Parts: sequence; structure tokens; C-alpha cells
Amino acid sequence: MTDAPIKRREPPKSPHLVTGGLGSPLLWRWHITMWTSILHRATGVALYVGALIVAAWAVSLASGPETYAGFKALLGSIPGKVVMFGLTLSIFYHLGNGIRHLVWDTGHGLDVKSANASAVVVFAFAAAATLAIWAIASQTGAL
Amino acid sequence: MVSYRTPLGRARGLGSAKHGASHWVSERVSAIALVPLTIWAIYGVLRLAAGDYGFAVHWVQSPLNATLAVITLAISFWHMHAGLRVVVEDYIHKTLTKTALLLLNLFICGLAGALAIFSILKVALDAGIPVGA
Repeated sequence: MTDAPIKRREPPKSPHLVTGGLGSPLLWRWHITMWTSILHRATGVALYVGALIVAAWAVSLASGPETYAGFKALLGSIPGKVVMFGLTLSIFYHLGNGIRHLVWDTGHGLDVKSANASAVVVFAFAAAATLAIWAIASQTGAL
Repeated sequence: MVSYRTPLGRARGLGSAKHGASHWVSERVSAIALVPLTIWAIYGVLRLAAGDYGFAVHWVQSPLNATLAVITLAISFWHMHAGLRVVVEDYIHKTLTKTALLLLNLFICGLAGALAIFSILKVALDAGIPVGA
């Protein structure tokens, strides 16, 4: 029997917090698939607000020409256009990523490489479709 | 080995009694339906944005547009309700707050959906009656 103090070992650290030394990158990092997941929820919530705007549009149409003209002027103002642009991005992103989820539900494309590639495709689709729709809108007098 | 537990006793606390997947399935079914409907709706918004009140009334009075608009609204509000319900269930754990938000979600979707669909039908079925009469 000795009176030597019991030496406590340092408890193991989570690998998420450990680096391999000075200058080496953290093991934890943002992955593109994390962005696609978070953005699917965020755009879903944005589209919830968008659907309420559509409901307000329908009510304004049923309320008569003056109310409808006022509502259209509101959507056509600069803040209105900013909201509509955000909703266009949101709807194309949620549509593209929703299809990605439906493909996953069939059991396809779930490996890391495919999931990363489809994430890039969805981002590119959302950006391209939004720009295309706004280009068409500017040509057809919708703006 | 003989078990003296009743089938109900065994099932209790073990989760679903056959309808556990229905929420998941209804989210997918509505999502699939919304793929073509959303594309149609974006086309509709582009045309409506370029037109005035008269054009919008004329557009809604087409039976195809009125039907697709009502279907799109109904499925969208259904899908939104299911989606936000999951968001609330994932992040809010206080029973009272969670219940209040789930009810609010249901009531907002129900009210806004009903208002939108009623308004579309009102305009669609107003054919022939002069505006303001």
C-alpha cells in the first residue's frame, strides 16, 4: 500500500474537437449535404409564408378590382420584388431538392459521392431556373 | 414458452399499430403531386403578373385553371402542414408550447387554405355577373 495519489488519466476528447496539431484542419467541417438539408427546411418555411401570400392574392382577387390593384402594386414594389425573388429561389430549390429526396426514397443515390454531386446539381438548377424565370418575366412585362 | 401477456399488452408502447407510416407516405404522395402542379403554378404566376384584374378574373374562370388552382392550393396547404409539423416536433420539446404551435400550424393552414380556395371558386363561379353588381 502506498500513499501515492491516484493519477487520473485525461478523459478522451471528442474527435470533433481534436486537431492533428498546429495548422492542421479540424476534423469537423461543413459538408455540402448539411447545407442542402438545412436549406430544404429553411426554404420550406419560406414557402409557407409564400403560400399565405398566394392565399392573400386569391382573397384580393375575390374582393374586387381596387383591392387587387393595391395588392399587385404591393408585390410589384421593390420590397415586394425582393420577396418574390427569394420565393422563386426557394420554390426551385425546394422542388429540386424534393425530387432528390424522392430519388433517395427509392434507395438510389445515397452514397457520399452521389449525394455530393446531386447537391451541386440542385444548387445549379435552383440558380439557373430562378434567373431564367426572371429573365422571362422581364421580357413578358411581368415585372 | 408460454406468454400470459395479451396481444394488446405486448403492442402497448411499441409504437405504430399499422398507421405509423401514413404521415411519411402522405408527405411523399403530396410531394409527387406538387412537382407538376408547382411548375404549372409558376407558369400561371408569370402570366398573372403580366396581366391586370380583368385578365386574372378571365384566367381563374377557365375551368382548367380553376380546377388546377384549387387542387394546387389544397395539396400545398396539406404538404405545408405536414412539413411544419415535423419542424415543430423536432425543435420544440415543451409539451404546452409544442401543442400550441401544432394547433396554430393546423389552424393557419386550414383557414388560409379554405380562404384561398373559396376565393378562387367565388371568382370562377361569378361568370356573367358584372363586377360590382
